[in-house]
Amino acid sequence: MHPAFSVIFFTTASGAGYGLLTVAGVLAVLGLLPQNVWFALACSFTALALITAGLLSSTFHLGHPERAWRAFSQWRTSWLSREGVLALITYIPALGFAVAWAFPQTHVPLAALGALVAVFSMLTVFTTAMIYRSLKPIHAWHNKWVVPCYIVLSLMTGSVILLALSAGLGVTVKFLAAACGVLLAAGLTVKWLYWSFIDETAGPATPASATGLAATGPDVQVRSVEWPHTEANYVMKEMGFAIARKHAGRLRNIAIWLGFLVPAVLIETTILLPQLFSGLLAVPAAMVMAAGVVVERWLFFAEAKHAVTLYYGAQKA
Amino acid sequence: MTSLPAKTEKKLGLVIDLDTCVGCQACVTNCKQWNTGGHMAPLTDLNAYAAEADGVWFNRVHTYEVTGSTACGASPARNSSSRTMHFPRSCLHCEKPDCVTVCPTGASYKRESDGIVLVNEDKCIGCKLCSWACPYGAREFDVFEGVMKKCTLCVDRIYNENLAEEDRVPACVLTCPTSARHFGDLGDPNSNVSKLVAARGGVDLMPEMGYAPTNKYLPPRARKDTAPAAMPAPELAPAPGGFLGWVDKLLSR
Ligand code: SF4
Ligand code: SF4
Ligand code: SF4
Repeated sequence: MHPAFSVIFFTTASGAGYGLLTVAGVLAVLGLLPQNVWFALACSFTALALITAGLLSSTFHLGHPERAWRAFSQWRTSWLSREGVLALITYIPALGFAVAWAFPQTHVPLAALGALVAVFSMLTVFTTAMIYRSLKPIHAWHNKWVVPCYIVLSLMTGSVILLALSAGLGVTVKFLAAACGVLLAAGLTVKWLYWSFIDETAGPATPASATGLAATGPDVQVRSVEWPHTEANYVMKEMGFAIARKHAGRLRNIAIWLGFLVPAVLIETTILLPQLFSGLLAVPAAMVMAAGVVVERWLFFAEAKHAVTLYYGAQKA
Repeated sequence: MTSLPAKTEKKLGLVIDLDTCVGCQACVTNCKQWNTGGHMAPLTDLNAYAAEADGVWFNRVHTYEVTGSTACGASPARNSSSRTMHFPRSCLHCEKPDCVTVCPTGASYKRESDGIVLVNEDKCIGCKLCSWACPYGAREFDVFEGVMKKCTLCVDRIYNENLAEEDRVPACVLTCPTSARHFGDLGDPNSNVSKLVAARGGVDLMPEMGYAPTNKYLPPRARKDTAPAAMPAPELAPAPGGFLGWVDKLLSR
């Protein structure tokens, strides 16, 4: 599938924003969220900025962005529509949570709003994942690992950014560095399982079933000898994007190191260091992770093969 | 609404005979000709006369080499042979099309009356998700107009009272020189198309995707192995009279 930058940015940025809100919300429920007005404002602003920038960027690849409001209408059947609706609703608890956290004198119930914002944020990330998970023609997306990958990576990126903000502002959040380590390990695990799954399996369709001939005998072989068109058409440009296996392997290694291993080492080192130095490590850890996760998301698109490629000579998809 | 109708009154669709299609691209051309002025008009072309030409088409005809099929020859001796198969590909107006249900705006819909799957261009935001959801590559995005386009089953021909009754069929069906394309109600077991599907063992494309396509394809018929190996031309009979008869007589001496 063609890796459109707007969608890569949207899924990574908004995923991190919702993850940040969720982790902060859960910490509030657990009573571990430090009460500091600047920290609260910085976290809420960062989360909402990531989410909003992501949502706006996702409208850039539309043919008619001015009609985007129509996308809220079909939540009965469409995961994309559900995501739009949930993303919009989540602003309400997110803003309430920001106020409750930054300004305790308002007596807005922090723990309740924390729970609410965590639930709605995760529901939104779930709907994002389901947009891909529900597409049957794309085996690399229509499988059980896609939802866990989106959820865990959202929590992981959100918690690392929260840690970077706390370290940068000199605020200590108990257990957060350890939680980041656990989430980075979990992220690498689900991503690893996802990659092994897409390497070892293929979608159910074949060139013989795509042309209907599989029904006529078990040993039918169908080989494309001529395309209907001499130049790439929309279908090939959008759905026929193929990345060489060699490059995919290299990029996976880059994603693994930058997205998971390097940040994990940097963050776990902060536990051993005095408070003063932890900012020096947590902030670069977040930046390296961001680069790694963008590579990971680029691969999520670039490695996904669409069943329509079977009509154009692919033997499996 | 992107919810699918529980049942459609008719199931209008195409039956395409892969045995007789010769890959002439006439259906492709007439489809473009009609539809660039029809319901989904225009079918924009970009760089039409230059390198990297691109454009919207509803119908694409592939060519494949098929081996191992009984259609390649009934006897084991000929099983190893292959045959060329031309394969027109267009929207199958599926009964359970995810291209409709994934649409966030309601622009994509399936008609309850006849099962035709259409796009309302005024509602489409051009998110392209429906084209991702179609396993058959039947939807093509119009970059110029910013909306998704697809086969309409010539909805503006088949009910068009300005056309002579025999012309009220999709443009591709009307134009096919080998009559490889048939149009009708596949929901009615007594329709000509349903009988044809039953008689020829019509098949679905990618049944494993679960989209329940309405359009059916008729696989190539088994090749006959009874054809004689050599077919000598008949000898010329001597002409009975006249000048040639005289020449024949002269030469036969
Ligand atoms: S062929 Fe594709 S575009 Fe047509 S109805 Fe089926 S899924 Fe939708
Ligand atoms: S491109 Fe248009 S028709 Fe297709 S899913 Fe998006 S809004 Fe619906
Ligand atoms: S017009 Fe008929 S024979 Fe020619 S390509 Fe189309 S279906 Fe095949």
